[in-house]
Amino acid sequence: MRRALLALTVSTAALGAVLPAQAAPKTSVTIGMAVEPTGLDPTVAAPVAIGQVTWQNVFEGLTTVDKAGKVQPQLATRWEISPDGKTYTFTLAEGVTFHNGVAFDSSVAKFAIDRARGADSVNPQKRYFAAIESVETPDPATLVLKLSRPAGSLLYWLGWPASVMVEPKTAADNKTTPVGTGPFKFVSWAKGSKVELAKNPDYWNKSAPVKLDTASFRFIADAQAQAAALKAGDVDAFPEFGAPELIASFEGDKKIATVIGNTELKVVAGMNNARKPFSDKRVRQALMMAVDRATVVDGAWSGFGTPIGSHYTPNDRGYKDLTGVHPYDAEKAKALLSEAGFPSGFSFTMKAPQMAYAQRTSQILQAMFAEIGVTMTIETTEFPAKWVADVLKAADYDMTIVAHAEPMDIDIFARDPYYFNYKNAAFNAVLAKVEATADLAEQDKLYGEAQAMLAEDVPALFLFVMPKLGVWDAKLKGLWENEPIPSNVLSEVFWQE
Amino acid sequence: MISILTRRTISLVVTLLIVSLLIFTVMDLLPGDPAAIMLGTSASPDTLAALQHSLGLDRPLPIRYLAWLAGVAQGDLGQSYTYGVPVAGLIAERLTVTLPLALMAVVLSVAVAVPLGVQAARRHNGPFDAVAGVFSYISIAVPAFWVGLLLIIAFSTMLGWLPAGGFPGWDAGLWQGLKALLLPAIALALPQAGVLTRIARAAVLDVMNEDFVRTARAKGLSEEAAVWRHAVPNALIPVVTMLGLQFTFLIAGAVLVENVFNLPGLGRLAFQALSQRDVIVMQDVVLFFSALVIVMNFLVDLAYLAIDPRLRAGAQ
Repeated sequence: MRRALLALTVSTAALGAVLPAQAAPKTSVTIGMAVEPTGLDPTVAAPVAIGQVTWQNVFEGLTTVDKAGKVQPQLATRWEISPDGKTYTFTLAEGVTFHNGVAFDSSVAKFAIDRARGADSVNPQKRYFAAIESVETPDPATLVLKLSRPAGSLLYWLGWPASVMVEPKTAADNKTTPVGTGPFKFVSWAKGSKVELAKNPDYWNKSAPVKLDTASFRFIADAQAQAAALKAGDVDAFPEFGAPELIASFEGDKKIATVIGNTELKVVAGMNNARKPFSDKRVRQALMMAVDRATVVDGAWSGFGTPIGSHYTPNDRGYKDLTGVHPYDAEKAKALLSEAGFPSGFSFTMKAPQMAYAQRTSQILQAMFAEIGVTMTIETTEFPAKWVADVLKAADYDMTIVAHAEPMDIDIFARDPYYFNYKNAAFNAVLAKVEATADLAEQDKLYGEAQAMLAEDVPALFLFVMPKLGVWDAKLKGLWENEPIPSNVLSEVFWQE
Repeated sequence: MISILTRRTISLVVTLLIVSLLIFTVMDLLPGDPAAIMLGTSASPDTLAALQHSLGLDRPLPIRYLAWLAGVAQGDLGQSYTYGVPVAGLIAERLTVTLPLALMAVVLSVAVAVPLGVQAARRHNGPFDAVAGVFSYISIAVPAFWVGLLLIIAFSTMLGWLPAGGFPGWDAGLWQGLKALLLPAIALALPQAGVLTRIARAAVLDVMNEDFVRTARAKGLSEEAAVWRHAVPNALIPVVTMLGLQFTFLIAGAVLVENVFNLPGLGRLAFQALSQRDVIVMQDVVLFFSALVIVMNFLVDLAYLAIDPRLRAGAQ
């Protein structure tokens, strides 16, 4: 199910300036990110940048998600699920303390979960805790979650950045001074510039020795400046480099490794399924068949990225390659449009955010739709502010394009209201069945069915998964190649001599 | 002098009130809700309502405006929606980058432009004048952010002398801080230097033909002394006026240059606040910029008094 990685380690040096050999192994790292987080508490705001700094570094959860996208135990070392799927009994790790010395036990875990699901919670993934009816703490090392209905994805959701464990005294201030149980402590945040972390000497998990002493995250928005910082050695790694067209500029620099993997960012052109003519399935299918995904990836993202046929990525378990359901076929597309009553095409407006991928993809789609007689006008909209207001909240649009960042979020097509206005009871039933079972194999099968339904119905044009353009110092090891969940996990990062 | 000060203070307060009302209205007309932006694409309506309530966004617009205004009057600029910290601290933090940057740019542009303009005037229509002319046209025409990129390629990527961007903070040492600001200051100073060179040249040329310069020469002063002691001081008024005007452009230019060099300055803060619809931060930064421009103009007026004794007599 996982796509082979394309790892390009580039040879031949063009730029001179070889650094003198270092005596002691380096134990600090500077990670570059394009977007600065707005606060450092992943439990109160959605931007993925928050988790990319803090998740698994400062904060940990009851469970975690590993680099293969699989759920693993963390602060909960094991669990039992009752046969009816409505009682989860967690055994918590012992000897865990927060960075301020407060011990982690079931009362703290109860606090964190109640805070996330409470009436005045502003947790961006609050819906994930909706099934929890009560949280019980029979003893300090045992936590029992009683659910009102089975929630087959609960263990996965508990591994998310929005579900990390926080303690009562510091929770309110985590936004600026995060206190967690992780292998790194928060040191400082120079807003607009960088966040600094230092190794937590009292880290509870002795089986995972951390090799770095300090880590800093630097925020550089401009892609040219990112490249310059990497080449000048100011930044050791850009795990998500911003500009695919500049990747070639690292070729020939043997100090720098370029590692191309997959993210969870699904670039989809959503259609307003409640609005004519997109309410007609044949029209949506025709538009899908007008699109040559490989050309889109080439033109919009310099050939980096994986075409997808549904709202699912090769990182996700149960992935099926469905790009063949409605493959590129302009003739068939035209025939289908005629059948739907549009022999000479129609016109509509695309609301495209200002981001490079959205603008470029829109222009390519415009040309492809013209081939089947459909006229698309591109209207640029400002992301996030205007897009969130007009498209996401008001659903006032014909077609739009955006990269959905949340992992395993195929359920957005079952949400009501949601901007696609896609209503399919059979699809909703399949996703309900996923939650009704805790059997992973059964879930994977159901996810396969759900993907196939979307590929057939085309509520949105499924285009491609954004690549993870990892660019880093060739001696830096242990960074993730794929990104099954937005993150920069530093616990296994080290410098190779 | 006192009356100038009072008049200036009143106009400062009135201007700031108008600016604040304007920006508050404009920001409210812009589509986009800071709470919705923070919660992303997955938030449920009740979560959104909870966040709007905790940020105070569910209160009516006039109440929000007055509450903010009352805070400002008492020296409390409010809390940033996105960062969750007091805005005053954010602005103070960013000023330690933007002010030195603007100052360096001003000093650099004056240091280049005044000697260049004076020499060009003295040898006007000669080859030196032509070269100075080409320099000023090019530096005016080329955008600061592009100059910044070229400087990065030359001095960081190829030569490795200076950092490619970012700011280590003043606690890393004065030299480290200055090093980080040098390239951006050059990029920012260049267009200003181009304009100032033209102004200085024209002003000196005007003054050189005045009677008092001829008298100075006639009484036996050397050419050098006549120019620097008599012509240049009298040519300074238009140069200082231009400098005051350009300060506004410098602040605007800083937004772009700070982005290219990834400097955590006030311009970047304003840019981020706008895209996140962090209205409070936006308000405060714009207010601060407006105050700065008004104060700058006031300083320019004071400089006139220092330069021109005739104005001093009038003010008394």
